[in-house]
Amino acid sequence: MAHQYSKILTNGLWHNNQALVALLGLCPLLAVSNTVTNSLGLGIATTITLVLSNGFIAASRHAILPAIRLPLFVLIIAGIVTGIELIMHAWFYQLYQSLGLFIPLIVTNCAIIGRAEVFASKNPILPSLLDGFAMGLGFSIALVLLGACREILSEGTLFAQSELLFGAIATHWKITLMPADAGVLLAALPAGAFITLGLLIALKNALELKKAVRHQSRNSQMHSSR
Amino acid sequence: MSLPTTAALRVGLFSFIIIGLVSLVFHATKDKIAANKRQALLSQLQAVLPVTDYDNNLANDVMQQGIYTIYRARKAGKPVAAVIRTYTTQGYNGKIELLIAIHITGKIMGVRVLSHQETPGLGDKIELKKSDWILTFTHKSLHKDKLSQWRVKRDGGLFDQFTGATITPRAIVNQVKTTGLFFLQHQQTIFQ
Repeated sequence: MAHQYSKILTNGLWHNNQALVALLGLCPLLAVSNTVTNSLGLGIATTITLVLSNGFIAASRHAILPAIRLPLFVLIIAGIVTGIELIMHAWFYQLYQSLGLFIPLIVTNCAIIGRAEVFASKNPILPSLLDGFAMGLGFSIALVLLGACREILSEGTLFAQSELLFGAIATHWKITLMPADAGVLLAALPAGAFITLGLLIALKNALELKKAVRHQSRNSQMHSSR
Repeated sequence: MSLPTTAALRVGLFSFIIIGLVSLVFHATKDKIAANKRQALLSQLQAVLPVTDYDNNLANDVMQQGIYTIYRARKAGKPVAAVIRTYTTQGYNGKIELLIAIHITGKIMGVRVLSHQETPGLGDKIELKKSDWILTFTHKSLHKDKLSQWRVKRDGGLFDQFTGATITPRAIVNQVKTTGLFFLQHQQTIFQ
């Protein structure tokens, strides 16, 4: 059981990372990742959506007929996202203004319907909740990394405007790494998002390759010593 | 029951549950959302027109005329100024939404950009958090002797353009001027 849970976690965070491996949900990923604060906001909203939709779908999976499962998934996800949008509008108004348009776009994040189809509709509630959390966390980490790279390159700062997310205590979290005029405009534009994402994926693949090579050489050493 | 009937009933059941949940959230949040919107409007209005300049309920004294949403400021019943929300599409990319406060004498009290999609790093200096440029409008007059100044410097006027982005400031200067002239011309009907 514990083994199954740790596998769900590593799948979400690394092996099947929705942003870096499955390449799902790129529309909100690329559109909103211009600063760390925006990335974190969208990451949290996406994670909550994933956990709730996975949980809801797993709980009602016996009532969902295969023939109508897709419209039902869409209905459930749309309902959850609408709820989250209303809640953000009411209690995180400033963040709502900066993420505004992209919250309804979470509905179109195929990662969410993907997890519903592949995992939640076939598994009990608890593993499904964990799967939603792990996938959301993996997506958020990729999103925040992307946001950090783009914010440093374009504005020379990190955590600018984090008070939108965390309230007054975060007013001084902003770190200035270089003067704003030195920024690379490309990093702030959609094209910069694509390029940065490409580099992140390349980095992940390079890490995996290195690990595989090390693994292989250890194996061949064992063979030769025999 | 046949499959289509069961399927239809299931879709109905799920819709009912989801709609129920969404309406619960809607009712729990709607007052707070309305309050937020109102608060946001008030702080926008206060940014361009000092509260001490008027004593009426500015946010509610509103009228719509074409692309202009006009908030009328009065003191002791007499017209003082108007805060006008408008937009221009003459920028580099899409709509630039503006909030402009104008005194009845034709003096600009303040201008803010509410939203835009101009190029980051070039055109976005129209935002107050990026540069002070938008404040150069404050106290500028739309008196007819001074109308020729209402251009960017490159066109022989009074307002700075930005390096690499002349279109954006030009669009805003023009829209503030047009809006101001509209207000001066229609003051009587606006404050009726």
